[in-house]
Amino acid sequence: MAKTVRLKIKRSEGPNSGSRWEEFDVPWHPRMNVISALMEIRRNPVTTSGAKVAPVAWESSCLEEVCGACTMVINGRVRQACSALVDRLGGEGQTVTVEPMTKFPVVRDLVVDRSRMFDDLKKVKAWIKLDGSHELGPGPRQSQEVQEEAYPLSRCMTCGCCLEACPQINDSSSFIGAAAINQVRLFNLHPSGKMNAGERLEALMVDDVLTGCGKAQNCVVVCPKEIPLVDSIAVVQRQATKQLLFGWLLK
Amino acid sequence: MAKKSSSEAKGKIRRVIVVGGGLAGLTTTMKLCEAGVAVDLFSLVPVKRSHSVCAQGGINASVNTKGEGDSPQIHLEETVYGGDFLANQPPVKGMADAAPGIVFMLDRMGVPFNRTGEGLLDFRRFGGSLFHRTAFAGATTGQQLLYALDEQVRRYETIDVEDDKGTSIPGEKMVRKFEFWDFLSLVLDETGRCRGIVAQDMKSMRVESFPGDAVALATGGCGIIFGRSTNSLICTGTATSTAYQQGACYANGEFIQVHPTAIPGADKLRLISESVRGEGGRVWVPRDAKEKRPGRDVPESEREYFLEETYPGYGNLVPRDIASRALFKKCFHEGRGVYNTKTQKNELEVYLDVTHLPKDQLKKKLAGVLEIYEKFVGEDPYENPMRVFPSVHYTMGGLWVDFERSADGSLVKGSPRNQATNIPGLYAVGESDYQYHGANRLGANSLLSCIYGGMVCGPAMASYVESLQKGSLEMPRSLFDKARKRDEDKLEKILGMDGSENPFKLHDELSEVMLRDVTIERKNGALAKVLETIDDIETRLRDVNVLDDAKRSNQSAQFVRHLGNMIVLARVIARGALARNESRGAHFKPEFPERNDAEFQRTTLALHRAGGEKTNSQVEYVRELDYECAGQPVHVTDAVDVSLVKPRPRKYDTAGAASVQAAAGAGAAK
Repeated sequence: MAKTVRLKIKRSEGPNSGSRWEEFDVPWHPRMNVISALMEIRRNPVTTSGAKVAPVAWESSCLEEVCGACTMVINGRVRQACSALVDRLGGEGQTVTVEPMTKFPVVRDLVVDRSRMFDDLKKVKAWIKLDGSHELGPGPRQSQEVQEEAYPLSRCMTCGCCLEACPQINDSSSFIGAAAINQVRLFNLHPSGKMNAGERLEALMVDDVLTGCGKAQNCVVVCPKEIPLVDSIAVVQRQATKQLLFGWLLK
Repeated sequence: MAKKSSSEAKGKIRRVIVVGGGLAGLTTTMKLCEAGVAVDLFSLVPVKRSHSVCAQGGINASVNTKGEGDSPQIHLEETVYGGDFLANQPPVKGMADAAPGIVFMLDRMGVPFNRTGEGLLDFRRFGGSLFHRTAFAGATTGQQLLYALDEQVRRYETIDVEDDKGTSIPGEKMVRKFEFWDFLSLVLDETGRCRGIVAQDMKSMRVESFPGDAVALATGGCGIIFGRSTNSLICTGTATSTAYQQGACYANGEFIQVHPTAIPGADKLRLISESVRGEGGRVWVPRDAKEKRPGRDVPESEREYFLEETYPGYGNLVPRDIASRALFKKCFHEGRGVYNTKTQKNELEVYLDVTHLPKDQLKKKLAGVLEIYEKFVGEDPYENPMRVFPSVHYTMGGLWVDFERSADGSLVKGSPRNQATNIPGLYAVGESDYQYHGANRLGANSLLSCIYGGMVCGPAMASYVESLQKGSLEMPRSLFDKARKRDEDKLEKILGMDGSENPFKLHDELSEVMLRDVTIERKNGALAKVLETIDDIETRLRDVNVLDDAKRSNQSAQFVRHLGNMIVLARVIARGALARNESRGAHFKPEFPERNDAEFQRTTLALHRAGGEKTNSQVEYVRELDYECAGQPVHVTDAVDVSLVKPRPRKYDTAGAASVQAAAGAGAAK
């Protein structure tokens, strides 16, 4: 008999409807990832108990772990489904459990609404204030050291892993999460971005938005791009302290 | 610059529409905002997840910081030579001239480009050139550029629209984003002018129409027609196909780029960037076809570096079409692919080797792409030669767009004709247009063409909007209601489909023939059969089962719609390939191995015609087009503007062959 892989998927019709588990057996193939397993389901959307069901809804795009779309909870761990290779999840004969992230409203099945993350980028003004896109000659010179500090920070794909894994992201805390704070560090590092560092810090210096971090370090463990998120939080907290002590002098 | 007094009509804000939030769409949006034009930006995915994110290697700009004598003129020459003289040259000149300024702008936006010891931008080599011309941010340059433009546009989401007195209009922002919205169709008035779009919210499945004084499609390529490719899953070409079906001309459809180096995979073929070869990576196969040792154990003398041997001038950095054909020949025709001891056969794979290069340099310059290999193959590319094979990668063809030539052979700045399709008010930009790459795109020119196209498209749309007598808000509401109703009915029809065909399997069938017969080698007999298969699949699409009737995030219904549009474009691609009896750039026919300028130095212009009983669509090829732009009648033909670089045979065996000026400079230097 051909090899198969069993998927156990948590499904729901929308944010306010309850969830249910469904299981599917799909044909195994070499280098198979969770996305291709989900693709197999839609070619034959029948559960292990023989029920014909609607294909599972999920979000994905690039399939090479650079867009962040296909983030979900796989065997209890938040990660991208494209880089989750089935053979490394236990392989043949094992059941792979797939659930939507829990820190965001569910849209349907494995699709969640991460718009809060993009709204947060607005709040912290995660951009360089350009005078305009017309030609103004070369940008500021930067050392290789600064580039090598900035580049890893700028690889954040707003996937949401850090928020999902963070115990401080919950209804009773206003902590903004590592992703947005890391962006503040990135822009405050840039020679022109620095000029608006104060504005970004002010946006973080309310309630527990910045201080809510409990240093559990879960974010660093799950970040698929290995961004030094805990360092970023520490750096920005130091900047905020300085801003609090001396910011009024600058006004 | 749009008049500020045009910002309001009937108490509503006049806006234009940009569909697609990759580099081209975001740049267009930014330029429109700078011109004071408010934008509604639609995207299938959050714009930060657009396919531009996948570009790895870099962006070309002849800044000439390495003392090599590079210049925009050489960039122009190498680009049109690389494109086998099928690109109109004025837009290419405009792009090459603007490139240094674009890279500086991106640097000012905070893109973390790699640096030299002096703190300047670093540049590396890419295919089809001998110059260090490619600026890069590690090996995730597309991601970094996309993020920088995303940030600039996000800022406009927080900036108020101003009325004619410069007072903020509360609650009205310069950019409104509609993410997870799928483009359904153009709203055309009775004169055929584009007045807005119909789109669908893919969460709630709600269909809505939106007025826009002009519309830009920046919706990328159509690689998913070929099933597995390096493209993101969203690159189905559904929007360009729809515009084509509504009357837009589709140009050079048959030109599809196959990238030589990708990782074979079941769901996707993951790109291994050309920058790997730009930094010194070498392509080889064992001299012994039955070589059983792993790649790293095969001694130097027993390796065949076939690109370096065949093309000593450019070696591993020959343009992609040439490299892909060489790899295909080696594996498919000569059976010399890497031998697999488990399957006991020669796989369709060659080695791409960086193990001889210093690890710290690789980490600084290529980590992003080597990490992809490591994660998806499970082997360490720093220690083992990677195994790769060609994959469909880029859509050179696309919606036909116009340009207005300036006296100096470039583009007239701000002309409403630039990037305009033949539907008045509809623009196309980025991979969804056909304009900059001719028959083959050079590496690291795609990010550039997307951004340059946007820099041109924004001002062109602003000029067009200014020329409008009547804005879209002054059109009768019934125009938009009718368009919405038409798409609602179509959706209802799809939701009711309960036939016997699975749409995803049907797509597998389509992509299988397209991949086999319409990529690296094309034969007329096979193409004729492909066209029959396409007709058959289109007929069977009528008997599809939608699998899901939910009124929420119904991805199956969406896929059925996209599949219908993919079939239409597949026909344009295959018919274009059948008609072009020559070999040029990415289009290669063994039966017609030479380029034939007398007959085919021309743009393929395809117009949609209604199908008969069996099919939904037929293709009509035309030699000229008449359309109206900003009140002016425009007549164009399929002749290619080759006024700047005279066509000559394209060869890469000697160094400097791609640029006369570079060759002359090299001679003088000696």
